[in-house]
Amino acid sequence: MMSASDTQMPSAVRDFAHRHRLRWWEPIPWLLAITFFYAFPRHLGIGNEILVMILFALSLDLVLGYAGIVTLGHAAFFGIGAYTVGMLAHHGIWTEPLSGLVIAAVIASIFGLISGFILLRTTGLTLLMLTLCMMLLLEEAANLAQAWTGGYDGLDTVPIDPIFGRFEFNPLIPSTQYIYILCILFVGFLVVRTIVYSPFGESLTGIRENTLRMHAVGAPVRKRLILCYAISGAIAGVAGALWAQANAYVNMSTFSLDRAATVLIILVLGGYGRLYGAFIGAVAYMALSHYLAKIYPTAWQLGLGLMLVFIAMFARNGILGLVDNIAAKFRKKPAS
Amino acid sequence: MFREAGKPASYRVIFGEDVAGIVLGGLAAGMVLFVVSVGLSVTMGLMGFVNLAHGGFAMIGGYIIVLSMNRLGVPFVPALILGFTLTAALSIVLERLFYSRLYRAAELDQVLFSIGLAFIMIASVTIVIGPETQPMILPSWLRGQIDLGFTSYRTYSIFLIVFGALVALGLWLGFERTRIGAQIRAAVDNRKMVELLGINIDRLFTFTFAFGSGMAALGGGFGAEFLGLDPQYTLKYLVYFLIVVAVGGLGRITGVFYAALIIGILDFLLKKYLPQGGTIFIYVLTILILLIRPQGLFGRGG
Repeated sequence: MMSASDTQMPSAVRDFAHRHRLRWWEPIPWLLAITFFYAFPRHLGIGNEILVMILFALSLDLVLGYAGIVTLGHAAFFGIGAYTVGMLAHHGIWTEPLSGLVIAAVIASIFGLISGFILLRTTGLTLLMLTLCMMLLLEEAANLAQAWTGGYDGLDTVPIDPIFGRFEFNPLIPSTQYIYILCILFVGFLVVRTIVYSPFGESLTGIRENTLRMHAVGAPVRKRLILCYAISGAIAGVAGALWAQANAYVNMSTFSLDRAATVLIILVLGGYGRLYGAFIGAVAYMALSHYLAKIYPTAWQLGLGLMLVFIAMFARNGILGLVDNIAAKFRKKPAS
Repeated sequence: MFREAGKPASYRVIFGEDVAGIVLGGLAAGMVLFVVSVGLSVTMGLMGFVNLAHGGFAMIGGYIIVLSMNRLGVPFVPALILGFTLTAALSIVLERLFYSRLYRAAELDQVLFSIGLAFIMIASVTIVIGPETQPMILPSWLRGQIDLGFTSYRTYSIFLIVFGALVALGLWLGFERTRIGAQIRAAVDNRKMVELLGINIDRLFTFTFAFGSGMAALGGGFGAEFLGLDPQYTLKYLVYFLIVVAVGGLGRITGVFYAALIIGILDFLLKKYLPQGGTIFIYVLTILILLIRPQGLFGRGG
């Protein structure tokens, strides 16, 4: 055992013990998000989309970046959250927003527990196919259950009560939505950050790095993976619910392969397994796609393809990984 | 095919003369599915590469075949050979430059690379040729109906079934009876051992990849008539190809063959009698099969 005093610890141990401490740059994204609110009041719509995708990408980071579960069907949870809130509000059963999020999280996590229990016995291509098929199954179900889900057209009216009975959602000036989503994102981020730096999070990283060895040390690998999958599902469900509330409609795009691929690309673009990758990736991807894709859709697709190939071949840790590499070149000695 | 078009689909009897129609139509679709997917199965089984751009090779091959027929007036069979050759050549370049560097990479990197490549293929074809669907004009000897004795059916579907069966037989013989087939089978089972025996595994990989892509090109051309051929083809049918490969078992020719026929007939049946959301059964079936046999219906080991 190490002695309690910091000064006597070797640097590696000290880094490990202090890994959860707040870094000086960590408030920057939040300050930027608040600045955006005052600086670009006309662009809050895209701002909302970005914030929702950050939360969604964070949930995927937990599963993919930390636990190492490669899934192509994470939009299943997003859609479950969106449809839960959407159907409850559309049919006049429940329109209160905050408790709506809780309901969405509970239902998504139940689905995560059940599907995780069934699916997480497999790995590799089989797991990839199972997560994909599970999502497509839900998409078809949403298409079929027209009476409830509005079928192919989705639900175009999702009435939401004012938050705390005071702050109305205005679809034309989505400033209330922005503050609301930002607050929820902050809570979601705190949850993910706490999990990642907890012993539970460490054991997830261990499973990602060497599953066999984690079995050998006696860690309950499958239980941990299922739990992680369910927690991640709950957060993704909240992201979907926020999307439905902010847009005041739900459609089948919430379940689509397109959305599952988008969130994967966002996470990988920013850098996975590093919390803030979700932020960088979502801002870069969503801003580019919002302003470029509408004018030059084909050029955007070509650029995106080239970018993905480049990342897969040369920059496996995304934008943040590149920043790390450049920073490492400037400081020759490791910082103490 | 739509002799009873006046009646709603649900009133049609399944038993009776429609059975032949369903079986033949489903078999034709299944054969196309087989020809496209067989390369994907061997690539995934042999190299362990999750290649989501496989549909792109089918799309590009389909374009070469259809455009050379429509614009250059090349006859059907030479167009098929041209499509196979050019697509295989393109895939050799891509395999040497990119794929070969990612064989040992993580699954996620392979997924990202191949999604990226699929995007590039879609965008390039859209820029060069355009986003519209390319019509497939069949040669006169494949048009119309053919009398089979018990029923008459579309000549082209019968051609696809016969050709697909011949391809399957040829591939099976090549796989089971030739030296290179034995090498591929051995490499699927134990790659290290094959390398230790002094077999040039890089060349084996390149050959297999090029052959699989060429087959996909043929499938793209064959299916263009009823699947439609536009740049989005690349990802539109990817899920079907993946399902066939996963259900059939990686690197198993016979597995892909049976899986493609099962999915083809089932899909044809569901599209006809349950046009609203019939695909849900295919997803459920896939999930059940993969849960009971994660290595696929015909895969080895467990």
